[in-house]
Amino acid sequence: MSDTYIIKDHSVENRLFVNRIVVAFIVIILLTSGLIVRLIYLQIVGHEHYSTLAKDNSIKIVPLVPDRGMIYDRHGKVLAENTPSYSLELIPEQISDMDETLLRLQKLLAIPDEKIEQYQKLRKRQKRFVSTPLLLGLNDEELAKFAVVRPYFPGVDIHTQLVRHYPYSDLAAHVIGYVGRINEAEIKELPLAEYRGSTHVGKLGIESSYENELHGKTGYAEIETNVQARLLNTLKEVTPDPGANLYLTLDIDLQKTAYDALGTFNGAVVAIDIKTGGVLVFVSRPGFDPNPFVVGIANDAYQALQSSENQPLYNRALRGLYPPGSTIKPFIALAGLEYEAISPQQKLSCPGYYQLPGVEHKYRDWKKGGHGSVDISRAITESCDVYFYRLAATLGIDHMHSFLQKFGFGEKSGIDLIGEKAGLLPSREWKRDQKKQAWYPGETLITGIGQGYHQVTPLQLARATATLANKGKVVMPFLVNKIVSVQGDRRGSEPQNVTLLLKPDNVTTVIDGMINVVHGAHGTAKVINSDISYQIAGKTGTAQVLGIKQNAKYNENAIDFKFRDHALFIAFAPADDPKIAVAVIMENGGHGGSVAAPVAGQVIKQFLQENNEK
Amino acid sequence: MKNETRHEQFEPPSILGNALRTLHIDIPLFIGLLLTSLLSFLVLYSSGSQDVDVLMRQAGRVGLAFILMIVLAHIDPYQFKRYSTVLFGFGILLLLAVLIMGEIGKGAQRWLDLGVFRFQPSEMIKITTPMMIAWYLAEYPLPPKSKQLFIAAILIVIPTLLIAKQPDLGTALLVASSGAGVLFFAGLSWRFIIGIIVMLASLTPVIWHFMRGYQRDRVLTFLNPEADPLGRGYHIIQSKIAIGSGGIYGKGWLGSTQSELDFLPESSTDFIFAVFAEEFGLAGCLGLLALYLLIIARCLYIATQAQDTYSRLLAGSLAFTFFVYVFVNIGMVIGVLPVVGVPLPLISYGGTSIVTLLAGFGILMSIHTHKKFRTR
Repeated sequence: MSDTYIIKDHSVENRLFVNRIVVAFIVIILLTSGLIVRLIYLQIVGHEHYSTLAKDNSIKIVPLVPDRGMIYDRHGKVLAENTPSYSLELIPEQISDMDETLLRLQKLLAIPDEKIEQYQKLRKRQKRFVSTPLLLGLNDEELAKFAVVRPYFPGVDIHTQLVRHYPYSDLAAHVIGYVGRINEAEIKELPLAEYRGSTHVGKLGIESSYENELHGKTGYAEIETNVQARLLNTLKEVTPDPGANLYLTLDIDLQKTAYDALGTFNGAVVAIDIKTGGVLVFVSRPGFDPNPFVVGIANDAYQALQSSENQPLYNRALRGLYPPGSTIKPFIALAGLEYEAISPQQKLSCPGYYQLPGVEHKYRDWKKGGHGSVDISRAITESCDVYFYRLAATLGIDHMHSFLQKFGFGEKSGIDLIGEKAGLLPSREWKRDQKKQAWYPGETLITGIGQGYHQVTPLQLARATATLANKGKVVMPFLVNKIVSVQGDRRGSEPQNVTLLLKPDNVTTVIDGMINVVHGAHGTAKVINSDISYQIAGKTGTAQVLGIKQNAKYNENAIDFKFRDHALFIAFAPADDPKIAVAVIMENGGHGGSVAAPVAGQVIKQFLQENNEK
Repeated sequence: MKNETRHEQFEPPSILGNALRTLHIDIPLFIGLLLTSLLSFLVLYSSGSQDVDVLMRQAGRVGLAFILMIVLAHIDPYQFKRYSTVLFGFGILLLLAVLIMGEIGKGAQRWLDLGVFRFQPSEMIKITTPMMIAWYLAEYPLPPKSKQLFIAAILIVIPTLLIAKQPDLGTALLVASSGAGVLFFAGLSWRFIIGIIVMLASLTPVIWHFMRGYQRDRVLTFLNPEADPLGRGYHIIQSKIAIGSGGIYGKGWLGSTQSELDFLPESSTDFIFAVFAEEFGLAGCLGLLALYLLIIARCLYIATQAQDTYSRLLAGSLAFTFFVYVFVNIGMVIGVLPVVGVPLPLISYGGTSIVTLLAGFGILMSIHTHKKFRTR
C-alpha cells in the first residue's frame, strides 16, 4: 500500500476531495430546496384546491368492472356463467355497538360461532368505513329473513355481486378451468389499470389461457361524492366493454359420455374432429368441482384434493405422460413402409421372442409361443411384438425418431391451453445430453413397441391418430372456435396447412391393419365391432407400470392395483372417411382391448349418430 | 495531524467515550438513524391500517438491520478494502445467476431463493459497486486519468445494465449513481461531468427506444398523469391530492384520508411520503428533510475525516447515494420525477432496502471509528 502512496500528492488530493464534498453538499442543498419549493407549491399555494379534491364534494374515479365473458360448448350449452350471489356486509363505522349487532344477527340467521370469529379477524384488518362481508352466498330464506328486519340494522346491508359458476362441475374442470381471487403475486403481474376493481382472474384452463379475451375492458366513472362518500352526481362515464364470449369446439354431452365411460378408472379421453382439428372431448378423470375455488376453497378441502392418491387436480389429458405401448405400432409400421425397411407383403417369423445377435437377453412377445409368420397388416392387427422388434432393428432409432416427430410426438401440439407437456421422444442426442450415455440397440427394440423412454400425452396420441387418419395432413388441435366480443367475431385459431409426404398405398396398408384390429377375426379390439354401420380403425395398447423380470410372469390378479398396466386405445372412424379420432388411456386398466376400446367405441358412436342426423 | 485534533473535540470524554469507542458507534449518526426509524413506525402504523402485526414485522427487520450495522461497524475498513473486488465479483455472479433463472422462469426475476431465505443480489451491488470503484481509483493518484475513468465506467455499467435488465430501473439508477458518486469525489473533471450530462441528454431517444412498454408508460404518465387516470397516473394524481390537502400543519397523525380511503396505492411502500405529508403537513416535511440532511451532512463530515483515499471515496459515495434515494423517492411522489420503484429510505415498509442502507451506515461508522487504531 505504501508504494502507491509515494506517488500521491496528499495535500492536493485532500484539497480536491474537501472541495468536492463542499460542492456535493451545495448541490444537495439546492436540490432539496427544489423539493421544498414544490412542497410549498402543493401544500400552501395548491392547498385549497387539493383540499377540495380530497374532502367535501370530492371527485373520485371509480372503476366500472366489465362482466366476464361466458363460455359455451359447440352446441351453445353454457359451460361458465356469471350468477348473482348475495352477501351480508357490515360497515363497522356505522354500527354503534358491534358486539350487540353481531349477537342479534347470529340469532336471526343462525350464524355459527366460527363465522363470527372469522369476521372479527377480518374486520380488524380492514378500515372502519369499508364494508366487510359477514356471510357469503346467502340463500333465499336468509335473504327474506333479513329483508324484513333491515331497518333495525343500520350499517348492515345485502350486497349483490356476480360470481362465476360452472354448471358442469367436475365434468370439464380441467379444460374450462376456474377463476379465483387475485393473489399478491398476480397483482404485480396484471396490468394495473385494467384490473382496478376486478377481484378475480382466470387461474386454469380456458379461463386462464383466454384471460385477456374473457376479462373485458374496465371502464370508469368520475363521480362527485359528499363527506359520507354518498354519491351526488356522476360527471363522466366510460362504460366497460364486457369480456368476449367463447364458443368451444368441445361437445359437453360427448364429454359426459366419455367421462362416464371411464367408470371408476383414472384416465383421460381426447377426441378430435379430424376435419377441423377442433377438440370434441377433453376428459381427465377424476375431475374436481371448480366452483369452491371461485369463492375461495377451504384449506382442508384443498389439502384433500392435493394429497388425494388419484390426483384430481392433475390434467391427465394435457399433462399426463404415459408410454404409448402398442398404440405406437401403426406409426412404426408406416415408418417401415415409408423408409422401405419392409414391404407390405414381406413376412417375418415370430417364435414368441427375439434376440439381438450375440446377446443372451430374450425380448418376449406378449403371446407365448408367438404368432408364426406374419405380414405387416397382421402384425398390426394382432399386435405382434416380435415383428416390430425386427422392424425397429432394421429401421434404427434415428429413422424412428425423425418419423415419429413428424406426427407431433415429443413436442407440444400447440393447443390453446396453458401448461401443455411436450412428452418425450427419445433419440440418440437426447440420451447423450440427458443421460450421458450412448444409445443401446436393445432400447431401439423396445421403442419399437412403445415401451422404454418414449412418453406421450393423451392429447399427442389423439393428434397423431387424427393426422394418420387424415392421410398425413397434420391436424392442429384447438378448443376455442369463436370469440364473440363487442369488436366483432373472430376465429379462435387460424387453420394451418401442413401435409406430410406419405405414399397413399402405405397409409392404406396401415389403416387396413387397424381396421382389422376392430373388425378382424383375430383383432385385439373386436369387442366394439357389433351393432355399427361404419368401420372403425383402431389400435390397442398396454403400457407397463412395473418392469417384469426376465422369466417372471405378469399376473394381473396377483399384483397391487396401482402397479397394474395402463390400458390404451386409439381409433378413428369411419375408416373410409374419417371424421373423429379418439385416444383413451385408463390407468391400471390392464389390457387395452377389453376396457379402453369400449370407451372410444361409445364416443365414436354418439358423435357419428349426431352428425348423421344433421 | 490537524484532523486528529479536530476529531478529538467530537469524542465525548472519559469513560463513556471509551465505551462508545469500543462499541464503534458514531453517536450523531446513530441518533439520526434511530429517530428516522422510530418516525417510520409512526407513519407505518397510520398507513398500514393501524395493524400492529405490520409494525412487528417491520420492527424485526429494522432490528436485524441495526444489528448488521453494528457488526459491520466493528470490522476494520481495511478489510472492506481488501475484499472489495471479491465481493463485487461475487455480486455480479449472483446477478447473472438471477438473470439466467429469470430466463428460465420467463419473467421478472430479482430474487435468489437460497431455501432458508430469499436474497436480492441487486441490493448487495448497491454497496459493492462503490467499494469496487473506490478500491480501483484509490490505487492511482487523484484525479483519475482517462484510462482509469474508462475502466471505472465499465465497472459501473456492467452491474447497472444487469439490474436494468431484471428489470429494476430504480435499483439500476441507485447503483449507477453510487458509482458516479465515487468518480465525482475522486475529482472527475468538470469538463467530463458536463460532457456526460450533454451525452445523456442526447441519448434520450436511444434510451427511449430500449425501454420496455411499462417503463415508457411511466414516463408518459409522468409527463401527463391525467391521461391515464385509472392506471399509473392515478398514483401521481392521488398522491398530489394527499400532499396538497395536508397544508402547512397537516391533518394530524392517523388523520390521513387519502390513504385511509385507499385512494393512495402503495401507501406503505413507495408512496409513504404522501401519507406523511398529508398527516404532518409542510412543517413535518421540512422536519423530515432536515433529519435527512443532518444524516447526510454527518456522513459527508465522516468522509472528510477519513484517513485513506478508499475510505474517503466510499464514505462520500454512500452519503451521496443516500441523498439520491431521498431525492428520487420524494421527487416521484410529489410529481417532479417519473415513477421508478425507489422506496423512501428508512421509512418505507419492506426489509431489503433497510438492510442495505444500514449496512452502508455500518461501513461509514467503521470508517469513522477505526482511525485511531490504525497506524500509517
